[in-house]
Amino acid sequence: MSARRTERLLNLVICLLASRSFLTAERIREIVPGYDETPSDEAFKRAFERDKEDLRDLGIPLETGTNSAFDEEPGYRIARGDYALPPLTFEPDEAAAVGLAARMWTTAAMGSAATRALRKLEAAGAEMVALPDGLQPRVEATGAAFPALAAAVHEGRVVSFDYRTGAANAGEPARRTVEPWGLVVRRGRWYLVGHDRDRAAIRVFRLSRVVGTPRATGPAGAVIRPVGLDLTAAVASYDAGAPTATAVLRVRTGRGLGLRRLATDVAAGPGEGWDTLRVPYGDPERLADQVLPYGADVVVVEPAEAVDVVAERLRALV
Amino acid sequence: MSGATDHLPRLLALVPWIVSHPDTPVGDVARQFGVSEEQIRKDLDLLFVCGLPGYGPGDLMEVVYDGDRVSMSNADTISKPLRLAPDEALALIAALRALLGTPGLVETGAVDRALAKLEAAAGGHIAGADVAVAADAVVAPDVVETVRNATMAGRRVRMRYWVPARDEATERDVDPIRVFTSEGAVYLVGWCRSVDDVRTFRLDRALAVEVLDVPAEVPEEARNRAHDERVFTPSADDRLITVELSDRARWVADYYPCESVAEAPGGGLVVTMRARDDAWVRRLALSLAGIARVVEPADLAEAARDAARAAYAPYAARD
Repeated sequence: MSARRTERLLNLVICLLASRSFLTAERIREIVPGYDETPSDEAFKRAFERDKEDLRDLGIPLETGTNSAFDEEPGYRIARGDYALPPLTFEPDEAAAVGLAARMWTTAAMGSAATRALRKLEAAGAEMVALPDGLQPRVEATGAAFPALAAAVHEGRVVSFDYRTGAANAGEPARRTVEPWGLVVRRGRWYLVGHDRDRAAIRVFRLSRVVGTPRATGPAGAVIRPVGLDLTAAVASYDAGAPTATAVLRVRTGRGLGLRRLATDVAAGPGEGWDTLRVPYGDPERLADQVLPYGADVVVVEPAEAVDVVAERLRALV
Repeated sequence: MSGATDHLPRLLALVPWIVSHPDTPVGDVARQFGVSEEQIRKDLDLLFVCGLPGYGPGDLMEVVYDGDRVSMSNADTISKPLRLAPDEALALIAALRALLGTPGLVETGAVDRALAKLEAAAGGHIAGADVAVAADAVVAPDVVETVRNATMAGRRVRMRYWVPARDEATERDVDPIRVFTSEGAVYLVGWCRSVDDVRTFRLDRALAVEVLDVPAEVPEEARNRAHDERVFTPSADDRLITVELSDRARWVADYYPCESVAEAPGGGLVVTMRARDDAWVRRLALSLAGIARVVEPADLAEAARDAARAAYAPYAARD
């Protein structure tokens, strides 16, 4: 069935592209193979409606109109000028960047969309360059949420989706309704920033926690992005807890290299074999995550909130 | 979308591509489209029977084989590619924006120019501005750029590298094989000359990198192996450990490759995973203190407790 339907759709595209005049549904039924297999007028109508919808979904500019004022029934054609990708060229360094970008997707759907896009660009005149095998940037898999949310952001439409909160897979997904302001990629992960209507507040959503395909619910242009909004700052504070305080740590000399790289200041002592580090942090729990792996080589001196978290977590293990 | 609407976009891209690249081996066409050769042959068989109304010999598209090479004619109507569909434009534009999040991997100016051209070609379907990129990279751009250049030029690098499990910096010479990113971190897979084996390095742990004036020499079998190398590939020889995760530590099950994951009766999870070495387990146990616990094997659980006791000692005197 699938191959036959593809064949019918392809013949329909060619027929409507080749025709300068508008063709009525009845005429299309007569000349495009495949429709003759529809057993009734009703079945033909359904099939044709579905085909038109599919062509429009694919971005094919299907026009409706009449050839003269005397025609009662509207006809169809595809505007050639709007159909074709205009000629395009890339400088070699641009082509290398585009080629590398196309490699980034880890999901089949986005990966094949990128591949198809490259082949279209080539057919439109762009010359791609051979890339070394050794370069493989990756972004996280996003599933169906990604294209749906990108479209909603671009069109300014409200979206609703099921979203899993908390730690991985914990809890049932809950329906969220959001005015989407923008997508953000940070450290290889995708986020949506927007106004959560149910919670009446700005929220950051990780795309990997969206379940299923988001649905745009409102009209286009309904979402107004706030002026001066800093999308990346919103995600950074959600993700890491931007530094708001400084911790003082005693670290054994030559140890705690990961912390030393975060430190704004390193001083020797007090005490032989120890250094004192000043490390900016946002959330004391996050600081504890960073300090704990070093065990007895690192001691949190202040502030008290950070000392408490680290001491309590260690005590749980003792 | 149905199978037919997945298929049609490929056919509409395939025809213009073959028209503009005549006499291409079918295998190459398949690689270019990321599908099997068998699928491309099926596609071509389908194109054979499509064409202009009338569908006589002069109306149908012609697929011409010369041995294994393929060309097309009589396909004028669809010989120009359909403009980029929203998902196609998005796949390139969003990925280009994401590339900017790893400074040093590509030349920023080239990305900006390519983005401008693609946005124009996308005809307003998607704008780069819809996708913001956080440039607070975890890795210093100059380190990434140095390693990238060495990888492309096939040069050896000398690296001061911090090993977290032992919390020490080591110096080693590495012959680069490939560079990849994962979760925003940039990794180098290379032939490490200190151990004469393939190793994966996280570049945010590279304290210093210099390119040596020595060509990289990678054994051929290592090059093949390096392509399967993941961030961490557990081996069957590694010890199996059992860890109880509280709800707050559930992410561990996603983050590390686990052999088994089960819901715990009182909430949380019980997972088993392969341990790289004992130092790694101790470090993991400490970093998860208060939210997870290594329970098996007993000697590793006890070692973790000892380490926690030593670390807790300075705090024990608090009032």
